[in-house]
Amino acid sequence: MSQEYWRWKEYNWRDEKIDWKAANTITAGVDVGSVSSQAVVMTDGKLFAYSNMRTGSDSPDSARKAMDWALEGTGMKLEHIKYVVGTGYGRVNVPFAQKAITEIACHARGGNMMYGPTVRTILDMGGQDCKAIHCDERGKVTNFLMNDKCAAGTGRGMEVFADLLAVPVEEVGELSFEVDEEPEPVSSTCVVFAKSEATALLRQGWPKSKVLAAYCSAMAHRVYTLLERIGVEKDFAITGGIAKNVGVVRRLEKEVGMKPLTSKYDTQIAGAIGAALFAKALLEKSRK
Amino acid sequence: MLANYGYKDGSGDYFITIDTGKCDGCGDCISACPNGVLEIVENEFDPLEGGQIAAVSEEHRKKIKYSCAPCKPTSGREKLPCISACEPNAITHSW
Ligand code: SF4
Ligand code: SF4
Repeated sequence: MSQEYWRWKEYNWRDEKIDWKAANTITAGVDVGSVSSQAVVMTDGKLFAYSNMRTGSDSPDSARKAMDWALEGTGMKLEHIKYVVGTGYGRVNVPFAQKAITEIACHARGGNMMYGPTVRTILDMGGQDCKAIHCDERGKVTNFLMNDKCAAGTGRGMEVFADLLAVPVEEVGELSFEVDEEPEPVSSTCVVFAKSEATALLRQGWPKSKVLAAYCSAMAHRVYTLLERIGVEKDFAITGGIAKNVGVVRRLEKEVGMKPLTSKYDTQIAGAIGAALFAKALLEKSRK
Repeated sequence: MLANYGYKDGSGDYFITIDTGKCDGCGDCISACPNGVLEIVENEFDPLEGGQIAAVSEEHRKKIKYSCAPCKPTSGREKLPCISACEPNAITHSW
């Protein structure tokens, strides 16, 4: 079988130091996106375990798999979790969730924990769409804008591109800087057009790095026009899979004129973290 | 909170903005809209508060320029039906 360049690494994680049996509130958030799914388990509002994997063709099944994988080896079972919130594109298809909440609210809430209360603008570059969100110091959404018109500037677009150029998707960012000078951005970030444009450039003898540079800067620019509409208030942060792609992030930061905050957390779990935090708040509300 | 629905393309910006702080979920805009662009949904943006708010339906978000075109004649334009219907002035259009 040929190598699958688009395939990023799936993984799970847990905090070995936490004794979950001593926790008062165990809650979880499951983010079923169009490309990836994450399950986050929290004990008393602290990150206990999570998983990050590809979404399969079936949402309920993807939600279950992500949850099982997050819990693997922890000794914790689904029934120990007192409240589960589903989010993301497949949020209504999380069979074991008590509630579904839009990913816009969850990214703001999760971003607030991941980047701290100073974050005001969150750009979520997801698998299939891109969202610009303003939030207050408590992580409440104050303004948002979503661009779901086409797959341009998204994780899926990047995967298609990585595959076309036979470059592992995790290496695209670094490689895109191995150019003597920054080329003109490709004229379209539309996946279909960009693909044929890239093929033509390769035929003209452009090295892969240069084609990637042109694509990353086109993507950065496209996302910038979205941000421009609601404005970028300080502090600024990026969530979602593309936040890991330095080729896009550094070019975007140049256009914005502001460095995004960084976090010790995986940018892909922002939505699921937010969902787990809402689960905690809703559980506490119901106990009152 | 301001919820912006729509998109930007080569010809301009096409966004409908709902101010969820003003919208009381009365539904008047829904009955006023001839093209089924708006709908009442649960306020998921503030899940701890809840309540109902108006939103642009999923189906129309990617094509509102066309969905709203019949309401937007190029000349002799009157106030849009959705905007006239909304007493709290929760709706704005970017174009
Ligand atoms: S402009 Fe017309 S079609 Fe568009 S939302 Fe308002 S009433 Fe509906
Ligand atoms: S008419 Fe105005 S207040 Fe009533 S549901 Fe529509 S947007 Fe909200």
